[in-house]
Amino acid sequence: MRLEAFEAQGRARWTRIAQLLAAFERGESANAAELPALYRQLCHDLALARDRQLSGALVAELNELALAGHRLLYQARTGEIRGLGAFLTRDFPRAVRSELPLVAGLHALFYGLALALALLAWLHPDLIYSFIPQEQVSEIEQMYVASDAPVHEPRDASADATMFGYYIWNNVSIAFRTFASGLAFGVGTLVSVVLNALQLGLISSHLAREGAAEPFFSFVIGHGSFELTAILLAGVAGMRLGLALLAPGPRSRVAALRAAALSSLPIIAGAGLMLVIAAGIEAFWSPRLVPAQWKYAVGAALWLLVALWLGLAGRARAD
Amino acid sequence: MIDTVHAVQTPEGVDLALRVAGPVPRALAFGVDLLLQGGIAIALQIALSAFAGFGVGLYLIALFSLLWFYPVLFEVRAHGQTPGKRMLGLRVVQENGTPVGWSASALRNFLLVADFLPLFYLAGLIAMVADPSFRRLGDLAAGTLVIYADAPRPHVSRIPDVTPVPPPLALTLDEQAAVIAFAERAGSVSPERAAELAAIPLSLVGADEPRATLVAQAAYLVGRGR
Repeated sequence: MRLEAFEAQGRARWTRIAQLLAAFERGESANAAELPALYRQLCHDLALARDRQLSGALVAELNELALAGHRLLYQARTGEIRGLGAFLTRDFPRAVRSELPLVAGLHALFYGLALALALLAWLHPDLIYSFIPQEQVSEIEQMYVASDAPVHEPRDASADATMFGYYIWNNVSIAFRTFASGLAFGVGTLVSVVLNALQLGLISSHLAREGAAEPFFSFVIGHGSFELTAILLAGVAGMRLGLALLAPGPRSRVAALRAAALSSLPIIAGAGLMLVIAAGIEAFWSPRLVPAQWKYAVGAALWLLVALWLGLAGRARAD
Repeated sequence: MIDTVHAVQTPEGVDLALRVAGPVPRALAFGVDLLLQGGIAIALQIALSAFAGFGVGLYLIALFSLLWFYPVLFEVRAHGQTPGKRMLGLRVVQENGTPVGWSASALRNFLLVADFLPLFYLAGLIAMVADPSFRRLGDLAAGTLVIYADAPRPHVSRIPDVTPVPPPLALTLDEQAAVIAFAERAGSVSPERAAELAAIPLSLVGADEPRATLVAQAAYLVGRGR
């Protein structure tokens, strides 16, 4: 069949499907029952037009139409995060447990390094100045050591709100960056975890020597449960990406990366949510002027909650 | 053939051609989005500065959402187009041509940080140039493409109304397509160039009036006068 006869025969169908597709694209209701048959005919027309090389411009038109139809008919929302409740009580803890070796490894690295540095800094008090600039150390000292330090002063609600926003902006962004930099063969993630361990170990040891152990630890224990765990989980997600590139196994690197990215997405999403919770605790609970024993008790309960939640929630029923 | 077309085979058995977009339009779209995000941030700062402490907290949360979720929201909710991409006529789709979902969009946008490494999106640029479908690292991990989003334009025959003349030789499909393509596009090049091009298939058109002869043959080939 020649070009113009072909066009004369098909034009009415193509105009009709173009109208339908445009209506659906705009979100209007249209006669959906008409679409599949028109779309199949369109695919047929496209194949014919291309095979007979009727006209480049006509093939381009039919191709764009078929693409729009394909987008509409074959859109699939698989692997989506189902409701927040199901995600928090089932999908996220499961995803964390499926990466148990990495979770355990990063926790061991982080807390081992922090403890080792704390001990070293206890024995060699000047060590902290090799890693953290003097001004920053004295800033931290001012926050916790002096008797008129901010941790001993009541804070008003609007300052709490400011800090809540700041913690979300700062900490969740750090977690996302820790995750993404895992794509650099895991190096970026590891550097981030090591630097965090360094800071925690050195600063807590230094403050303990300066006699500010109680104001410091009672301040951080509450949100530490969610914050430290979430940062390490962001590290787990990042390492998953890096390891997929380093050791792709039987797949190509791109295929391994794709699978790793999909499986690490719930972990980084959950870590982000945990950091929002941590920001709430850090902004509204941690600065409250209550006896340290209360702070420690609540902090311990929160650590236990995190451990039980991530360790137990969402297990399949044994039946 | 070197081409920037990514073919997708549909269940109907036809290949759809996705025209992937290169680094330059994508960088421009990114720039437009950046300007828009900056504008929104400044507007928010002015609006929220009236509420002291709470305003600052809200502003920081808004800034956080703007940085990480602005592209995700638009890509999922606005047919794969952020305002910048819409302006440049681009669209984000899955590799099979279907719309992006939340997880793919979140992945490709969070991993933009990795594309930035070591500085100024060098990793992303290298990945894009090395990949036949211009995918940056985030696209590779999420399985997405950035394509040109053209609205289908009805094809209008631009072959002028001339008396059709059958070609003196039997033409293959490729040759017929070339003759038709020439006749459709002859109006968009200078008359001298059109004449020069038409004179190439000498045995087909003869020495006098090659352009008019070729257009008349094209009119015959598209089926006029029969």
